[in-house]
Amino acid sequence: MSTDNLLHWPMQTNGARVPYGVFTDREWYVREQATVFRGETWSFVALEAEIPQPGDYKSTFVGDTPAIVTRDNEGNINVLQNRCAHRGALVCRERRGNARRLECVYHQWNYDLRGRLRGVPFRAGINGNGGMPADFNLDAHGLQSLRVARLHGLVFASFSSTVAPLEDYLDPMVVGAIARLFNREIVVTGDQRQFIHGNWKLYAENTRDPYHASLLHLFHNTFGLYRSSQTGACKMDAGHRHTLLYAMAGTSSTEADKAAYQDSRSLNTAFTLADPSVLAGRREFDDGITLVILAVFPNLVVQQIANTLAVRQIVPYSVDSFELVWTHFGYADDDAAMQEIRLKQTNLIGPAGYVAMEDGEAVEIVQRAITRGADAHSWIAMGGGRAEDAEHLVTESAIVGFWENYRHLMGIAVADS
Amino acid sequence: MALNLLNLSALERRFAVDDLLSRYARCIDDDQLEHWPSFFTERARYIVRSQENASRGLPTAAMYCDSRAMLVDRVVALRNANIYESHRYRHLISCTVLEDITAEALTAVSNYVVFRTRTNGATDIFSAGGYRDRIVLDGGSLRFAEKLVTFDTDRIDTLLVTPL
Repeated sequence: MSTDNLLHWPMQTNGARVPYGVFTDREWYVREQATVFRGETWSFVALEAEIPQPGDYKSTFVGDTPAIVTRDNEGNINVLQNRCAHRGALVCRERRGNARRLECVYHQWNYDLRGRLRGVPFRAGINGNGGMPADFNLDAHGLQSLRVARLHGLVFASFSSTVAPLEDYLDPMVVGAIARLFNREIVVTGDQRQFIHGNWKLYAENTRDPYHASLLHLFHNTFGLYRSSQTGACKMDAGHRHTLLYAMAGTSSTEADKAAYQDSRSLNTAFTLADPSVLAGRREFDDGITLVILAVFPNLVVQQIANTLAVRQIVPYSVDSFELVWTHFGYADDDAAMQEIRLKQTNLIGPAGYVAMEDGEAVEIVQRAITRGADAHSWIAMGGGRAEDAEHLVTESAIVGFWENYRHLMGIAVADS
Repeated sequence: MALNLLNLSALERRFAVDDLLSRYARCIDDDQLEHWPSFFTERARYIVRSQENASRGLPTAAMYCDSRAMLVDRVVALRNANIYESHRYRHLISCTVLEDITAEALTAVSNYVVFRTRTNGATDIFSAGGYRDRIVLDGGSLRFAEKLVTFDTDRIDTLLVTPL
């Protein structure tokens, strides 16, 4: 229990009460960058398919710390802090590319793909003038290297030397869900970027929340892509870091759904598509699961919605802004028709997606309302308010689990309310 | 006698295309979106994608429609299903160059900027990019057979629901 808690977390009984200050306090955000993103966690940084060749690199972030992901000549993947060891400039200024060396433009200090310093201009001076001190050692001035772990083509990095090995951190639930989607060679089909004026944890809640999915995303509901009445589940790993939410389309009846949604504005079965080809797809998985939202703490969402496949990387920029980087993919053995299906179904997801765009709005309307609400609390209790797995979709239990893990990680004890 | 684009003077062609682009912008900016699909042919392609993906040769698009009916659906969803903050656009379209002119079709390449005003009254540049439009004579009117919107502003602010 730390005694310098900035925020008041009341005792939890059958529901999570989360102080809004956790989404608005700048000092808290700084602490979180150290404890969550540079602490005992693994952050998603890339798909291996984004950097297939030696020399390929990609610039990204771990938390809000700039990082470079490289593939070196041995085929290994390195994650380096994107900050020159000399005077702190960005070494990599492009989103992606291919290079033999990483060179800082400021004074041309250059590094190999593993981040080792290889050259310093005028190191020995010019005509006896200048130069670095005689004891200057290149080996002592490389780019800071992060721990790297790969799983089925996903690349994770950590600043921590003590965090558990990736597969232990992820737990068999997450490892299994990733293995299911990344079961063969993938092909990256493009990125989408969505800048949201809100705290990243509002999106972490959103992706652990099957309750909202059919009420906010009316398109989902109306066309039966997802309804809370479908067969599905909301599960967590043992540590409650991560959430696996899945559903099976076609497992509820429209008549029963009309009865279930009678109090809601969100089930309008009179709304039809003039061109339903956007929803035409194929059954891809023998298990019948048509929707997967796998939220991996702290910064990754892996998704399957109908035939759309994507990873979403959460990049926090400040206490009240983050970016979602959507990287879409298909499989190397997709035929032309399947490629077209995935491309057309992309209308469903991303910042312009029929069933995704609203999450940006949902996060922002919370962020705008909680100003000066540091001591007020949300109330999260649908499904019973305990961090338990649910074999249904009428629950917020995984959000309760998220906050339990978060409080544990941040060293927060709950106080009597 | 049927209209033939090759029989028009360069000035007349340019005026006709400029008029089409201006009416297109007016339609969206005046929130007459139910009329928006009528600017397209029945089998038109309307693709909104980032310059980043285009440069990499990758197909992912923010909006990918290959029929006028899909445009109708975009509008119906915007009106009835999607949730977003109300806002207003102002399009500025300029630097149009005409290419590949035939009797019945031409390509117009333009810059666009879309300003978006949100409910708090703030206006920002929501999207800057280019149009590559294949414009055809369709029943005596000029319509888009393909409108390829390639945006430079690939960090979409909050969400994209109203067409560009």
